[in-house]
Amino acid sequence: MIWAKLFAKLFDEAAFAPAVLPDHAAVIPVRALTGLALIAILGAAACSVIDLRDAHSAAQPAPAGFDASLVARGAQLAAIGDCGFCHTAPGGRPFAGGRGVDSPFGTLYSTNITPDAETGIGRWSLADFTQAMREGVDPGGRHLYPAFPYDHFTLVTDDDIQAIYAYVMTRDPVRAESPDNDLVFPLSLRASAAAWKLMFFKREVFSPDPAQSEQWNRGFYLVQGLGHCGACHTPRNVLGAEKKDESFSGGDAEGWHAPALNQNSPAPFPWTVDRLVQYLRTGVDDVHEAAAGPMAPVVHDLSQVAENDVRAIAVYVASLDNRPLQEREKKGEEFAARSVTRGAPAASETSRGATIYTGACATCHVGRRQHGALELSLSTSLALPKPNNLLHIIQEGITPRDGERGPWMPSFAGALTDAQLAELADYLRTGFAGQPAWKDVPGELKKSESRKSKQTGGT
Amino acid sequence: MITLNVNGKIENVDADPGTPLLYVLRDHLRLNGAKYGCGLGQCGACTVLIDDEAVFSCLTPISLLAERKITTVEGLGTIAEPGVLQRAFIGEQAAQCGYCIPGMMMRAQALLRANPGATDAEIRRHMRPNLCRCGTHMRILRAIKRAGSEMTSAGAKPAAKKIAGAAK
Repeated sequence: MIWAKLFAKLFDEAAFAPAVLPDHAAVIPVRALTGLALIAILGAAACSVIDLRDAHSAAQPAPAGFDASLVARGAQLAAIGDCGFCHTAPGGRPFAGGRGVDSPFGTLYSTNITPDAETGIGRWSLADFTQAMREGVDPGGRHLYPAFPYDHFTLVTDDDIQAIYAYVMTRDPVRAESPDNDLVFPLSLRASAAAWKLMFFKREVFSPDPAQSEQWNRGFYLVQGLGHCGACHTPRNVLGAEKKDESFSGGDAEGWHAPALNQNSPAPFPWTVDRLVQYLRTGVDDVHEAAAGPMAPVVHDLSQVAENDVRAIAVYVASLDNRPLQEREKKGEEFAARSVTRGAPAASETSRGATIYTGACATCHVGRRQHGALELSLSTSLALPKPNNLLHIIQEGITPRDGERGPWMPSFAGALTDAQLAELADYLRTGFAGQPAWKDVPGELKKSESRKSKQTGGT
Repeated sequence: MITLNVNGKIENVDADPGTPLLYVLRDHLRLNGAKYGCGLGQCGACTVLIDDEAVFSCLTPISLLAERKITTVEGLGTIAEPGVLQRAFIGEQAAQCGYCIPGMMMRAQALLRANPGATDAEIRRHMRPNLCRCGTHMRILRAIKRAGSEMTSAGAKPAAKKIAGAAK
């Protein structure tokens, strides 16, 4: 995931965004090449500096020996860490790995973390597991790519790692080889991960802030550590490391924007603790957009987590935005009022976008959640600098997992041509968010199409 | 006045540009195959093809459809000469109350046109947006599979084509 973001960033900053990426090797921008060269040099140096651990002697744990309450706690923690999403291929067995993360530089595949001895982590001792989680080194001494967020997991306590270990070691072992990573040189060399660590990875230990409540500290620990929320919600530098001084200012994930959670939050209404708890456990609250895209699996996992931990997360996240609450509530009400007058386009509005809105959107999106859907003036997607979240939602819809409850919206992919979708986007952006139209809607559409054409089996 | 191409026939319709296609099909053109279920795009009973892709006609304003090709279940065949999917649904007795069936056939048609050899898993995934309250899902799945194999066997595919005229 991190590399995907790094690559997206490289392309953005290099102002080099080819509409189609037929061959990842062919389109590496100059700036990226510089970064890669740096990584190659540092990687070579790092190998001589960093102690590549000896493989641990295989101390096979006995699955039956784990305490049931420890396993249960591990299940909760694994849900907070959203481990299952990355470590499960679409339609695959849980935790058996093989989910691909595409990027212009190649594809990374998640590993099998079931206790299968040959293809999973069945031979890993607790010490091996701890080392992988906290330091990003596997029992063979190989440096793991930071797509595995050990820069966050380094904060996780011994007790919690032990519980997660107990949980994964008691899952069904699945024999499944993950496909080999397909990365370009020099990222294909493990040494590049070592170099990255030298530059950006710091082993940290969680220490509570005595000035804050116990609940806030619990939230800090979960959000910054296992939850690795910043992996998406914090912007990354050109080499894919989170910009620590812009923590939670909004980042990118899988072609979506993960909005800012701090004072830069674009949401018209503030994220209060209660709204966050509601949202994180169900995917919807009354005044914000429903969870979609990469946030959908996070919410699915958090719906399994005890409310007190979700509340702690909410307390910490709500504290990230330090603007006065009352003013923000007032601003939200102003936006909501705009929606009321916007409920249906005025007779004078004859733009094609307005007509599409009336025929396709207004049926549901009128009245605050009256018909289940959100008034569009409260939409976060419409307030973002780029249209990609909006385009994703209109084209793909929002679909809960099979047989489960969750936010839902139909896909309009077949109904709207690209030109019509662009007209609708312009209308919604200017009419509901009150902002100037986005510059390059067709360009963003092309990007999402090239991404989709690389994926297989999507609906 | 807006001009629509429905099942290969050019139709001039006098309706507000924001009117959902479903209303125009049923009320203006008397094509009653597509059904009104929920009006919210949640059930799929109103599904038709726009340029070979399945869409909810209850949420598609006609202003979007000038110069695009609309196919309804009536475009798949006639009672005298049913199309491949229609024959397969009859063969498997896939309808109980029948209300969801035209939508089911149209969504299936979108899949089979592109991929007549679709696997069971692909069919299930593709058909997700369409609901059936009677519980004939297993028969519906069998009917789609049957139509797919008929289409892949030589010469069967053009049957729908011939009858549908402009359905290509």
